[in-house]
Amino acid sequence: MLGYALRRVLSAIPIALIAVTVCFFVLRLAPGGPFDGERALPPTVLANLRAHYNLDQPLVVQYLIYIWRLLQGDLGPSMVIDGFNVSQLISIGFPFTLTVAMSAFVIATVIGVIAGMIAAVNQNKWPDYVLVLVVMLGVVIPNFLMAALLQLWFGVYLGWLPAGGWVAGSIPHLVLPVTVLAWPHAARISRLMRGSMIEVLGTNFVRTARSKGLGQRLVLARHAIKPALLPVVSYLGPGMSYLLTGSLAVEQIFGLPGIGKYFVTAALNRDYGVVLGTTILYMFIILALNLIVDLVYAWLDPKVRYR
Amino acid sequence: MAGITGKDEVLTQYARRLETLEAPKGRSLTQDALRRLARNKAAVISIAIVVFIVLAAFVGPYFVPWGYSEVDWTSIRKPPDFAKAHYFGTDQNGRDMLARVLQGTQMSLIVAGVATIVSVVIGIIYGAVAGYLGGRVDALMMRIVDIMYALPYILFVIILVVMFGRHPVLLFVGIGAIEWLTMARIVRGQTLSIKEREFVEAARAGGAKPWTIISRHIVPNLTGPVVIYATLTIPEIIIAESFLSYLGLGVQEPQTSLGTLISFGAPVAEVLPWMLLSPAIVLVTLLLCLTYIGDGLRDALDPKDR
Amino acid sequence: MSEVLKVEDMSVTFDLHDSEVHAVREMNFTLAEGETLAVVGESGSGKSQAFLSIMGLLAKNGRATGRAVMGDVDLIGMAPKQLDIYRGKDIAMIFQDPMTSLNPTLRVKTQLAEVLVTHRNFDKQAAIKTSIEMLERVGIPEPVKRANAYPHELSGGMRQRVMIAMSLLCQPKILIADEPTTALDVTVQAQMLDLFKKLTEDFGTALVLITHDLGVVAGIADRMMVMYGGRAVETGKTDDLFYDPRHPYTLGLLHSTPHIAKRTARLDPIQGLPPSLEHLPQGCSFNPRCAFAFDRCHAERPPLTEAGEGRQKACFYEGAMKYGEVA
Repeated sequence: MLGYALRRVLSAIPIALIAVTVCFFVLRLAPGGPFDGERALPPTVLANLRAHYNLDQPLVVQYLIYIWRLLQGDLGPSMVIDGFNVSQLISIGFPFTLTVAMSAFVIATVIGVIAGMIAAVNQNKWPDYVLVLVVMLGVVIPNFLMAALLQLWFGVYLGWLPAGGWVAGSIPHLVLPVTVLAWPHAARISRLMRGSMIEVLGTNFVRTARSKGLGQRLVLARHAIKPALLPVVSYLGPGMSYLLTGSLAVEQIFGLPGIGKYFVTAALNRDYGVVLGTTILYMFIILALNLIVDLVYAWLDPKVRYR
Repeated sequence: MAGITGKDEVLTQYARRLETLEAPKGRSLTQDALRRLARNKAAVISIAIVVFIVLAAFVGPYFVPWGYSEVDWTSIRKPPDFAKAHYFGTDQNGRDMLARVLQGTQMSLIVAGVATIVSVVIGIIYGAVAGYLGGRVDALMMRIVDIMYALPYILFVIILVVMFGRHPVLLFVGIGAIEWLTMARIVRGQTLSIKEREFVEAARAGGAKPWTIISRHIVPNLTGPVVIYATLTIPEIIIAESFLSYLGLGVQEPQTSLGTLISFGAPVAEVLPWMLLSPAIVLVTLLLCLTYIGDGLRDALDPKDR
Repeated sequence: MSEVLKVEDMSVTFDLHDSEVHAVREMNFTLAEGETLAVVGESGSGKSQAFLSIMGLLAKNGRATGRAVMGDVDLIGMAPKQLDIYRGKDIAMIFQDPMTSLNPTLRVKTQLAEVLVTHRNFDKQAAIKTSIEMLERVGIPEPVKRANAYPHELSGGMRQRVMIAMSLLCQPKILIADEPTTALDVTVQAQMLDLFKKLTEDFGTALVLITHDLGVVAGIADRMMVMYGGRAVETGKTDDLFYDPRHPYTLGLLHSTPHIAKRTARLDPIQGLPPSLEHLPQGCSFNPRCAFAFDRCHAERPPLTEAGEGRQKACFYEGAMKYGEVA
């Protein structure tokens, strides 16, 4: 198991490096730059600015400088927001984003797994039909639309919850954003769980377990859930990355102080440092998540470890 | 592009089943699946609704009394009014919402269609080349696909759109350019299995060039996967497009798309709810139907699953 | 000998979309303590479904009627919760495919020990210890190591031994083995049959051996029941049926089995295909393939009647049957 983990970690390193390289060059090769503002800057000022951020160097040199700094954990300065470097902006916004995404992730995963199991065990009976409908709505309504509808219904018509904005430490302000993020995630998980649970309940080994007279609860808990979780687990990595990227939009909609705000503004202003820094951060998180998922998968399915 | 339809799963399964069959039977597998789909009531109704929406979006604008950018100064911010033929009401500028929703739907469908075609073309070329050449080239090309899978898509689209401007055509290309990964995987698997078959061996022995073999023998065998891929990809792209438009990165005024309409409707939903609800209902109906069709396809391909 | 299972008028029906299929019809038999009963028939003859229904393991669209009395309880139609008191303890089952019948995500010892924990209130350690002893008893070398293994680390024969060990942990009164050797190598098959014979004798367990292979039946079964089209067509002592079959189908089966038909140079398979359960022929189900069929066989279905010496048959034909006339 340890050897397997080590191999997986090592194989993630070149992927991360290549991904950083791709992002760097895509951003830099695109037309436009951080200082193409509304009013043109005087040439001398522009030259100074470009020199300050090493933009006057050949692209390859800039790349090497960037990688060298990156290895030391330095994501470089923001080129638009004066006096802030990228790490500072991330450390301001990211903890909030992570909190929102993680709470949605945990809530949605638990609900999704349980809902999927209930639907599978009651296949083609009313709890199944109700759950399938709720799930379908969660899957097809895009998050910005769901946000708008929930704001309208709970925030305006019913007035139960704040429709947007942020007061430090206020849980009610988080209810709608987390719901918007969590619903589709829970929906996808319960779809996966329902499908795989139905499949597992029809397998020979579940029949064997039933033939042993273990009782419904033990059959489900010990024999069915673990194998049924396999497809769910392999979705958790991508699922978390959808949640994190999705939270960019949700923060924007609800006016929450996460990293989404900085990212969208930075992209519009061609602030290379912030865009690249955020993208790299997300990429590393996704790679790390995939790694964790692989390891959990190996634990769930003993066969994987020997491949 | 959150994989609302479980595209990867469905297509991989389909490709695996194709591989275990002989070439001519591959076609009958697709026919079988379509026949089974025709028996699925939810899917058939969904297909009918989708066809209706598509027709309405492309033909409808010629029949509605107002143009999508035409201003009716006598009704600004008005709820649905049948006497003046504003069946969905008007927006703040006095433009007819029905005309705008039809135009927006049309734009969303065009974006989805073009992006799907772009991704299918890239996917087929990439996958066929990797599969046909095989060996180290194949390994390298597929490694690149793996890496791109690891990148956060939506960030990438945002970057592309921001950097290359906001022209709708670029939006199509940008979205299509990152959607091709799944298609490439499927095509590669297909190519690997097809190229070992006798008829391809024979063509190669007869001196046919690789490109001829790919276009004559491999691409025609991909009809089934392409149809399924397109069905499953279109809703994902509609969502992606509407999301970008919502952020203000997509389709620009006076043209509009469902996402743009929703983004304009959302802030004023409290006082002008029809501005949010009319595009929202069309979008949700369209996506719901496409998802049911996707589900129907999956069941049709894997009948044991029911 | 006292009887451990008495099956009366048992039928099994499956609901399809727009029709129903009768997999088993009006089955009657008794199983005596410690005896081995072979249930023989082609695939689709209903032999597996009959016993799955006794275990309460029918697919969701299946239902059983009639009675299957074990001791003083009727297993048919019993709620799953009630059934769980007896399944695995008094009546156990082994399935055809050892590759998929064990849970791939759990260690062998876990899957064994849970039976004892559930039915005998063993604590976990004691259950594992007893399980390992049972593994040794079914001839698994290095039982401690195997107990800690996952199923995919074991060979097919080894897995089937694990299944046997698992089914016998509570020393059940009845063991149902559904094609237990079909998926195994020929060399392993013989060992497995010896093991069955020895263990069921040791524990006094009655064995129901479901098989399509008469070679398996010959060495091990006391009695046999031949099934065709969802019904029993002939029952009796194994030797009686082997040397003096009274039903044309039994005769046909014997002549299509290599070892038993060695009097002749060539095998003589039964002509035609097993019937579809949805469209059974009028009269005797076997009539389209039967060389002895006469008018009455096409008009009326022969009931299963006593034919002396503790045997029963469902056939109107009373004359002598010679090999060669079957087809």
